[in-house]
Amino acid sequence: MEKSIKISVLVLLCAFLLMAGMLMHNEDMPDSTPMDDYFIENGQVQTGSNNIVAAIVFDYRGLDTLGEASVLFGAATGVLIALGVKKSG
Amino acid sequence: MIGFVFLAVIALAAIGIYAAMFKRNLIKIVVGINIIASAANLFLVSLGYREGGIAPIFTGAESLNMVLATPQALTLTSIVINLAVTALMLSFAIMIYRHYGSLDALKRRLKE
Amino acid sequence: MSPIVKNVAVVLVIPITMFGLYIILHGHLTPGGGFPGGAIMASLVVLFFVAFGKEWAKKINKGILFFGESFGLALFGLLAFLGLGTSFFHNFLANSDSLFGMSIPFGANSGFLWSGGIIPLMNIAVGLEVFAALSIIAVVMFLENGKVMFSEKENNVGGKK
Repeated sequence: MEKSIKISVLVLLCAFLLMAGMLMHNEDMPDSTPMDDYFIENGQVQTGSNNIVAAIVFDYRGLDTLGEASVLFGAATGVLIALGVKKSG
Repeated sequence: MIGFVFLAVIALAAIGIYAAMFKRNLIKIVVGINIIASAANLFLVSLGYREGGIAPIFTGAESLNMVLATPQALTLTSIVINLAVTALMLSFAIMIYRHYGSLDALKRRLKE
Repeated sequence: MSPIVKNVAVVLVIPITMFGLYIILHGHLTPGGGFPGGAIMASLVVLFFVAFGKEWAKKINKGILFFGESFGLALFGLLAFLGLGTSFFHNFLANSDSLFGMSIPFGANSGFLWSGGIIPLMNIAVGLEVFAALSIIAVVMFLENGKVMFSEKENNVGGKK
């Protein structure tokens, strides 16, 4: 009983993903490009960095990276607290 | 018509959801969640692909037809966060094994 | 492990460290950056675990690693706050002709190391943080032995007795 419910949920999810994939745009033509065209045209002159991905990660969208670094810090601290303490006592 | 990359994304997501739903071993569930995350990463990168584009790096670039850079940056963020979440999930699995002596998701519930 | 593995691990210290530092320092010129470079340098620690075992892993001071992690994150945040005269995460060193302040024209070039403003400094900070964080995770998970007996820990989980 429980297994049949699970299987039907899985089949429904796969069908939904397939239909959503049918509605997607063509895979070598992005929908909207003005923001990335701006980054590619001006990023090198504004930040002085050849690597546009690095310019976006550390400059234009630096707040995202700050959150990401905080998440990594929190995960390492969590692992240290969960497993790194003395077992007995 | 559905593209080849989206078919790969759907296959990866289906495999990951299957592993996360049907497997009882906690380590296998973690592996399934990782496969779902890699499906999301592949989907994000494929959203920004331009035909014939090169990586958005000007060092030794042959043309100026570059793929979109923002999806790649966000995929970098997503990979690192996925790594952190995986480390936490594995450490919780180790704690559960310490406490209950088993990694089975159902047996753990039936005890006590 | 056997002496062959130990000796090869010792020989590989310099190439892996140099490759990781190269990836970190050239993060604004080539594919890479702080995250992959830190992961490469953390793989050296994992290689040493495989080669030398728990006796070597027990000697690692987790306090120093934790300090490095905190220092990297704090340096990253400090660099973000230093540009606060204009906005948060403002690249105040770019095109200023000081440290990492070389201005480069638009178009393909062969790469200049002294460019990029605060991006290389942030790469170094993030590389330090990722290296320390992954090393902490690897150390803690490696020293964990999975053979903790159920009966021994039954009444003593989650605090002192």
